[in-house]
Amino acid sequence: MAERHHNVDIDRLTRHYRVMCRIRAFETAAEQAQAEGKVGGAIHLSIGQEAIAAGVCGNLRVSDQITTTHRGHGHCIAKGTDPEAMMLELFGRDGGTCGGKGGSMHIADFSVGMLGANGVVAAGIPIAVGAAHGARLKGEDKVVVCFFGDGAVNRGPFLEGLNWAAVFDLPVLFVCEANSFASTTRSEDVTAGPGPSARAESLGIAAFDVDGNDIVAVDDLAGELVRRIRAGEGPKFVTAGTYRLKGHTASDPAPYREAAEVEARWREDPIARCAVLLTNAGVPDTELAAIRSEAEAEMAATVATAEAAPYPPIAHAFDDIQDVGAPA
Amino acid sequence: MTYAGAAMAALAEEMRRDPTVWALGEDLGRGGVFGQYKGLAEEFGHDRVASTPISEATIMGAAVGAAMVGTRPVVEMRFSDFALCAVDEMVNQAAKARFMFGGQARVPVVIRQPSGMWRSSAAQHSQSLEAWYVHIPGLVVVTPATPADNKGLLTASIRCDDPVIYMEHKGLWGATGEVPDDADFQVPLGRARIARAGGDITVVTWSAMVHEALAAADLAADAGLDMEVIDLRTLWPWDRETVFGSVARTGRLIVAQEAVQVGGFGAEIAASVAEALAGDLKAPVRRLGAPRAPISYSKPLEDRLRVGAARIAETAAEVMAA
Repeated sequence: MAERHHNVDIDRLTRHYRVMCRIRAFETAAEQAQAEGKVGGAIHLSIGQEAIAAGVCGNLRVSDQITTTHRGHGHCIAKGTDPEAMMLELFGRDGGTCGGKGGSMHIADFSVGMLGANGVVAAGIPIAVGAAHGARLKGEDKVVVCFFGDGAVNRGPFLEGLNWAAVFDLPVLFVCEANSFASTTRSEDVTAGPGPSARAESLGIAAFDVDGNDIVAVDDLAGELVRRIRAGEGPKFVTAGTYRLKGHTASDPAPYREAAEVEARWREDPIARCAVLLTNAGVPDTELAAIRSEAEAEMAATVATAEAAPYPPIAHAFDDIQDVGAPA
Repeated sequence: MTYAGAAMAALAEEMRRDPTVWALGEDLGRGGVFGQYKGLAEEFGHDRVASTPISEATIMGAAVGAAMVGTRPVVEMRFSDFALCAVDEMVNQAAKARFMFGGQARVPVVIRQPSGMWRSSAAQHSQSLEAWYVHIPGLVVVTPATPADNKGLLTASIRCDDPVIYMEHKGLWGATGEVPDDADFQVPLGRARIARAGGDITVVTWSAMVHEALAAADLAADAGLDMEVIDLRTLWPWDRETVFGSVARTGRLIVAQEAVQVGGFGAEIAASVAEALAGDLKAPVRRLGAPRAPISYSKPLEDRLRVGAARIAETAAEVMAA
């Protein structure tokens, strides 16, 4: 597709390209590891949605915070979580982000403001507004970004959380990754009305639709909104249109959609689109290829490390439950 | 001081001591639905005594987020029945965050859930659901029975780094008693109280039922029976040592609860005693609780579900005769 952007900031776009390639490489490595039976549980891949994670998180400070969903690997990497610790977590090994006790759906890295993925759809929304509420009570200058999917807009906490953010005028950026599916059902089949942004606007929250596969557009919009939120303008809402190129889980072949539809969507791959922009701006193909292969090598190394790592000590099954009344 | 006033004193003192303590819930700026927050917004402002939308899931979920970033929220759920709108946030989020994030998060929230039967409040405003929360790893469950305990246990709960389900009994708001003035007065979590010492039979109970058991002990004393009443105060953790010590002495146990008897916390105590002290028991353990029926509005129907002092005393006589 023809790209409209001409005056690109090559350094900035190259950084985004690198983040997106690292996310893609992580997801691909995780998918492969699960196919080989090395990673258990359910993993939910964000392949095709990388531009939203990279473009939004690229505008945040380390002290800013995010919450994410079961499909959260990309947000973690974009916010600065170490992929090796993430892969160790997927493998259930000692040294994982959560010591192997959470797995893919509960990755968290508080050291970089990543307040946790969540296994319950929409559950991160109240937590994000609460993190913003708490930060304000403590007098901290912080923006909280809340990532969720288009399936989440039909749960009550979506309405409650948006209303709360508006009533208390909290510094929250809501980012709806509209990837077209709610689990294995098409979102449009189960969602009334004109879309997520209209729901936000009905509560008086300024909402913006963006092509979520256009890294420059996401970056520009997120940059502007984060600045406005930091300046005290209250919550904002983004609907980032995208497409889930893989199934609901890594083991879902997604037979509920035509191969031709998926093929067409692959032609809008945000990473390929970003590469076109960089190429048109004069970045040599060899440099882009090098970024991709570095990302693949980095993630292959995380798999090797994770495979070789020990499982957590069994006693850890009883650690970090509670101080009062902990298991004896 | 009243039971409600004691809790208010505890919260006010903790808010003075620690600027990260705050309260949130419906109508709190106006004193709360039972008046248990009266005057706090005037002293601490509406940011720290926040009146929220009727959004239980987000009251609780926002408290989890705010706790994870270093504040200590006291959540008012208004009625324990309404807290059911926030079960995901209590059970999947608050109780699990620390564990599933590998120790990175702490969720120091106190979740106040006024519980129990109260003046024809019917099926959706009267329940005693404490056993559900005891079942959830990660939660502490507290059930104060006296004004002094409502101060000391609430203070201890606010200072606790774990999420605490704090179940005040609606029938006790106006109950009066001596309450220590000391701002640091705490009742340790997990320690039971021998509300009345006795040598013939042990009655283990909690919350408002403690007062029925004490009245039953008076009735029993008239019949020459010396009843020991143990107020558990906290259900998780529960004070096995005090309960086992008492039953080892008396050899007889009744567990009395206002909640539905089936699957109630009384069953856990009865089973634990049976496992640990079977050889010491002089009679089978008895449980008293509500029938497995929704709570009626009509007064005589509601009363039919209550375990009262007379029934505890009668059961004690049966156990003595067994």
